[in-house]
Amino acid sequence: MLYREAGDFKTTYRADQQTFPIRSERYLFWAAMAVAFLVVPFFINSYWEKSVLVPLLIWSLVALGLNILTGYCGQVSLGTGGFMAVGAFACYKLMTSFPDMPIIFVVLASGGVTALVGTMFGLPSLRIKGFYLAVATLAAQFFLVWIFNKFPWFYNYSASGQITAPERTILGVAVTGPNAPSWATYLLCLSFVFVLAWVARNLTRGRIGRAWMAIRDMDIAAEIIGVEPLRTKLSAFAVSSFYIGTAGALFFSVYLGAAEVTEAFGIEKSFLALFMVIIGGLGSILGSFLGAAFLVLMPVALKNLFVGTLGWPTDVATHIQIMLIGGLIVFFLIVEPHGLAQLWRLTKEKLRLWPFPY
Amino acid sequence: MNVHAARQGVFGAARSEDGIARGEPLLVVDNISLAFGGVKAITDVSFDIVKGEIRAIIGPNGAGKTSMLNVINGFYHPQQGTITFRGRSRRRMQPHEAAMQGIARTFQNIALFKGMTTLDNIMTGRITLMKRNMLWQALWHGPAEAEEIAHREAVERIIDFLEIEHIRKVPVGRLPYGLQKRVELGRALAAEPALLLLDEPMAGMNLEEKEDMSRFILDVNRDYGTTIALIEHDMGVVMDLSDRVVVLDYGRKIGDGTPDEVRNNQAVIDAYLGVAHD
Repeated sequence: MLYREAGDFKTTYRADQQTFPIRSERYLFWAAMAVAFLVVPFFINSYWEKSVLVPLLIWSLVALGLNILTGYCGQVSLGTGGFMAVGAFACYKLMTSFPDMPIIFVVLASGGVTALVGTMFGLPSLRIKGFYLAVATLAAQFFLVWIFNKFPWFYNYSASGQITAPERTILGVAVTGPNAPSWATYLLCLSFVFVLAWVARNLTRGRIGRAWMAIRDMDIAAEIIGVEPLRTKLSAFAVSSFYIGTAGALFFSVYLGAAEVTEAFGIEKSFLALFMVIIGGLGSILGSFLGAAFLVLMPVALKNLFVGTLGWPTDVATHIQIMLIGGLIVFFLIVEPHGLAQLWRLTKEKLRLWPFPY
Repeated sequence: MNVHAARQGVFGAARSEDGIARGEPLLVVDNISLAFGGVKAITDVSFDIVKGEIRAIIGPNGAGKTSMLNVINGFYHPQQGTITFRGRSRRRMQPHEAAMQGIARTFQNIALFKGMTTLDNIMTGRITLMKRNMLWQALWHGPAEAEEIAHREAVERIIDFLEIEHIRKVPVGRLPYGLQKRVELGRALAAEPALLLLDEPMAGMNLEEKEDMSRFILDVNRDYGTTIALIEHDMGVVMDLSDRVVVLDYGRKIGDGTPDEVRNNQAVIDAYLGVAHD
């Protein structure tokens, strides 16, 4: 009954093309944002920060970035982990080389560096498509991880090969390093995700987004109506890599604090991001968040259930958890191959008519 | 192009300032030859399309009609000959450059963007007319939104014209074939082309859909002065719609003229009915 579009008339194109066309949906969104920005910071503790909220936000950003490339522009990428590593190492080098640079600029600049690297690795997409492109981006994954191991300049010649984030502050509050309070790291990540998700929505609903989707759906027809394949594909790689690089920088500096490249940014991160995008829904902003939430929160929830509530031994719980998550992925893909976002869309279509579907 | 101009541009108005009067050649195809390895698809074909006419290209299967359209909009590169469009000659060009110059087309087997709505498909047709860069797009509020709304108005006029208001927000993959063909015509019209190429616009349609499509083609030509080149197998449609007809057979031009001239041309009759070689 709450979800109605009756009486909610659109008299301008501006009103017709807004992000949340239904009033109750719009109110719900802003209420959720108000809770996230104004309420959660007062109640957050270290457990919720480190295990749930910050990884959720950072992985949402990664999924968002990959969704722009794979979901909107149709270019499959398995280089996500490598691009996150570029963001992390760019962040580390900038933090240590320019200690006075504000952390927000450092993170954005790391995204910029990753955008350049991503564009370079996007060049093969002009010649190859689909699985072949996936293999080409897989090369990026291994090459980038190798290069960060091979050249000690990247990790400032530290003996362990690890990179460690020094403490940085915003308005006197530490956001990186061991002394950063939970609410500060949470708010920093939330702000990045909020702004970048808004930008992603704007890019995908306008000219550029339509050019990406045109290339995805039928590249030859796209070219014939005037979409330039070179610029369109490379812009998707650049924007996507910017998001992933920004997420990588936050992942290293705010979340991990210290990282070793093979362990933190290996191939399994690339797969994880791809699974998020596929389960959440290709070509959907909401889907990126749902996919990230599914794959970040489900293991935590299952672990709490098995170890915390049922008191099983940790190793048994871990194995069962892996099997269950695999099973759930298969289940959701059979129920709805277009992902959780499509399930949500169908629910909304039903809700509009409920309780009188005829 | 600024927002004001976008608002005024209704089908072709934005792009018609090329100094070519009605009845003068808009496109000249001069001695085009195209071969794929040893297969000669087109051999020494020359014809012209004058501004404001409906020009049909007909011929038996495999005559090279679609290849000819592909040459005109830059998808194939002919080995010989030149194409002069709006006074500018070229032999090699990329399809998106042809689109920038004002050539739009539809396809024999529908080439819509299946995951996008009708509205988005037609909006994509205006991609060469939209100019705001990525930073404005990212910001959205302000110039990018104003541009989007100006183009939305032009697109809504096309939607009204093609009578597809009810499917505005339906993903085109869900639409029946006849409507998809209409959306594809809308997408081509949205580019405000100087020359519109239609590759079998009525293939696979029933009588009523054919009548609708014929009406749209004639209206586009009459009301907006868009020059149209079409390939079609339904001879009744071709003879009724077109001002002039080119006939191709085995990649060669065998006839050119008004529908009546072509109908009485012995070479054309032979090509269609076959002749006894003895």
